[in-house]
Amino acid sequence: MALRKQHEGFEESVIPDEWFVPKVKEKDEGERVSRPSLSYWKDAWLRLRKNKLAMAGLIFLILLAIMAVIGPMISPHSVSEQNLRNQNLPPSGEYWFGTDKLGRDMFTRTWYGARISLFVGVVAALVDFVIGVLYGGVSGYKGGRTDNIMMRIIEILYGLPYLLVVILLMVVMGPGLTTIIVALSATGWIGMARIVRGQVLQIKNFEYVLASKSFGTKTTRIIRKNLLPNTMGPIIVQITLTVPSAIFSEAFLSFLGLGIQSPYTSWGMMASDGLSAIITGQWWRLVFPAFFISATMFAFNVLGDGLQDALDPRLRR
Amino acid sequence: MNSYFVKRVIAMFVTLWLIITLTFFLMHSIPGNPFATDRNTNEAVQKNLNSFYHLDDPLYVQYGSYLKSLVTFNLGPSIKQSAFTVNELIGRGFPVSMELGLWTLVVAVVCGILLGVVAALRHNGIIDYLAMTLAVIGISVPNFVMATLLIQQFAVNWPIFPVATWSSPMHMVLPILALASGPMAIIARLTRSSMIEVLAQDYIRTARAKGLSPAKIVFKHALRNALMPVVTLLGALAAGILTGTFVIEKIFAIPGMGKYFVESINQRDYPVIMGTTVFYSAILIIMLYLVDLAYGIIDPRIKLGKKEG
Repeated sequence: MALRKQHEGFEESVIPDEWFVPKVKEKDEGERVSRPSLSYWKDAWLRLRKNKLAMAGLIFLILLAIMAVIGPMISPHSVSEQNLRNQNLPPSGEYWFGTDKLGRDMFTRTWYGARISLFVGVVAALVDFVIGVLYGGVSGYKGGRTDNIMMRIIEILYGLPYLLVVILLMVVMGPGLTTIIVALSATGWIGMARIVRGQVLQIKNFEYVLASKSFGTKTTRIIRKNLLPNTMGPIIVQITLTVPSAIFSEAFLSFLGLGIQSPYTSWGMMASDGLSAIITGQWWRLVFPAFFISATMFAFNVLGDGLQDALDPRLRR
Repeated sequence: MNSYFVKRVIAMFVTLWLIITLTFFLMHSIPGNPFATDRNTNEAVQKNLNSFYHLDDPLYVQYGSYLKSLVTFNLGPSIKQSAFTVNELIGRGFPVSMELGLWTLVVAVVCGILLGVVAALRHNGIIDYLAMTLAVIGISVPNFVMATLLIQQFAVNWPIFPVATWSSPMHMVLPILALASGPMAIIARLTRSSMIEVLAQDYIRTARAKGLSPAKIVFKHALRNALMPVVTLLGALAAGILTGTFVIEKIFAIPGMGKYFVESINQRDYPVIMGTTVFYSAILIIMLYLVDLAYGIIDPRIKLGKKEG
């Protein structure tokens, strides 16, 4: 109608009203959205699914978790059942993974060890996640003096003899699963904190955060809506690396004799138990636990690599 | 720059002092004493031993005299190996651990960076997958399992390398391999991911456009920027490897200093616990400082001591 109003006064009668026909909106190809609109997570999942190695890792881990639950149930033997007449038997129909030096069934113990190892790994990773994100987030966001002091504290924790801390915890809390998880988390969160801090330091200076600030957005909202989602990629990758490294550290503690206490077991304990057995030719006592530690590490690592590629928006094709 | 240097050195000493203090009191808060496992320690002997090593003094007195002797680089006597001072123990063990550690670092850094670069250049190609599978296997196998398997294969089944003790270069091959596989894998993955990122940047395209040779682009222009995360990692890694690793040294019977870290704690050999901790922390702090210096050399845009906004 604007056109007509402008011309009012002189050529009013030249273009009759009937000539104005509303234009029908064409179904234009150019305006069609060629890809379905995807959320960040949906897109990441689609890209992860294309990565065969990462998917193999994910499937392996799911199977492992299932076996950890049902494994000990499908075997006729129990974890601590000793049979001194069946010491060091090779794998057979009766004992699928053979037996150890006390005649205990390696198959049952392997899956029982999976429970402990996976539980230790996952819980330690969760604790690292919570402490690491909070510590690193505050350090990176506050910056300046606060950041400096918080990073020095990390340096000091790094310098403390780790075993001293572990043994102190063992004495104070008594040996057990909780103690091991606390011991692993005591220094485990440092890696996560460093990564989150580095990311936050970088992102908080980006223009969109400045824009958000200039609108008067509250700090908590900026952290929740701007900073955290953009650091989520590296954080998730770090989690997939923390789980296996916790399993690894537990194996190291077992090697020193500071791990899970008998009759319970973990992969690390079984592997260090089997070290001497390989010399006398009882390969199954080392190979089964060592294989599952390595395969789990491998699966978590390739899954982490796949996630890293999938969660990085710059690598989107 | 100068005032930054002074501040940094002061901060390093404060950090070291805090580590020493925390370790000292943590150590004494663990129950037990160095003589608890000895068979014939009647009360009188125990009392004499305690007073000989000044363990009957109040804790703050012991702490004070420890700091005093530390200033003169005197780490005190070992309680358990009473023929030696802690300085002598470290003096014997450290050269061996350092030799093993240096070779391990060389192997890990050179192979790791090469694998990472090759993988990045063939991103998502067959070579990339092969290199990364190799790297992930390196991280996946616990080093005590790796060491045992290497001994079984290359010293027992197929005896080409001698093992145990530390006498000839041939003795060093297997421990170096076992120790280097993990760090090599981590370095390879870090190099790969940052190299992929760097190779996609505009200045690399510019370098290509002006006709530089691929080797020059990769090693002079790309790698230099891609190395930052690797350098960051190297500080703590080098400190840990150079001061000896308990597991590898135990399995290969290498007379390094790795065992002192573990045994001293188990035996409550207080001067040795403190000595190894001070030694390790000092090396760690120096390494972290060297890493910061290296940042400036690799990337001249990074200025040390710049106030962060």
